[in-house]
Amino acid sequence: MSDVAERVKKIVVEHLGVEEDKVTENASFIDDLGADSLDTVELVMAFEEEFGIEIPDDAAENIQTFGDAVKFIKEAS
Amino acid sequence: MFDLTGKSALITGASGGIGADIARALHAQGATVGLSGTRTEPLEALQSELGDRAHVLPCNLSDMTAVDALPKQAIEAMGAVDILVNNAGITRDNLFMRMSDEEWQSVLDVNLTSTFKLCKGVMRGMMKARWGRIVNISSIVGATGNPGQANYAASKAGMIGMSKSLAYEVASRGITVNAVAPGFIATAMTDKLTDEQKSGIMGQIPAGRMGEPSEIAGAVVYLASSEAAYVTGATLHVNGGMSML
Repeated sequence: MSDVAERVKKIVVEHLGVEEDKVTENASFIDDLGADSLDTVELVMAFEEEFGIEIPDDAAENIQTFGDAVKFIKEAS
Repeated sequence: MFDLTGKSALITGASGGIGADIARALHAQGATVGLSGTRTEPLEALQSELGDRAHVLPCNLSDMTAVDALPKQAIEAMGAVDILVNNAGITRDNLFMRMSDEEWQSVLDVNLTSTFKLCKGVMRGMMKARWGRIVNISSIVGATGNPGQANYAASKAGMIGMSKSLAYEVASRGITVNAVAPGFIATAMTDKLTDEQKSGIMGQIPAGRMGEPSEIAGAVVYLASSEAAYVTGATLHVNGGMSML
């Protein structure tokens, strides 16, 4: 697994308090990992800080799974 | 009780009667205060009166670029914004049938849109801190309406609806959002009323007098405190019994 994916996973695990093996490529933050809509806002904020990037609101709406997040961040950073 | 040591508060309209007293009261409880307003002179006077833990942050709330920049300036000056008091407000009274689009829009912009933007600007820090207090200064006329103030009353009612919605969203993060609705308070804004208007109003106030700015400040201190953690989405009416809502 890439460095980006590891760092994203660490944030997700810490923020949502889920087991690491639940955070798979297609795991949806809301449907599979128990996040509420505000959690997803906070995850995006945490990604922005960790990677020093800006994630615009319309892009943030499309980040629904762990895989989406990793893909977006790789392209943005 | 109500100790605010170590907290930073941003107060808009701090050059006005109520805003200045809110700043004084928060400062007296130990908070660091960011004094925002359009006129720099009274803000600097208040800063020198308060001494340490006071910062002057001039901002014209009808300038939306300046509004967007204010939370960042406040965070730079104070390190954080733990408490936001949206107190600034303007009136542009006119009969509804004569009210221009400009009179409507300017009041909505300063009173309501700037409140929305400032709440948004401080929210990230509050969410991370898992602690925050927003106190929006509404008005009794937001609940009762007032002839000649369709724009002002709409903006003040809007602040209450916005506060409640935001309160729902962020309650689980230790952030409370409340409104204080003053009745008739002795300030420059109510000084403009004629004696006839004043005596008419006085007849409707069971307390038989106008309120003092410090009496609004006391309500703000309470809602800003850790003791008020379980109060959110509320509107605290401070009006001498004029309207018992």
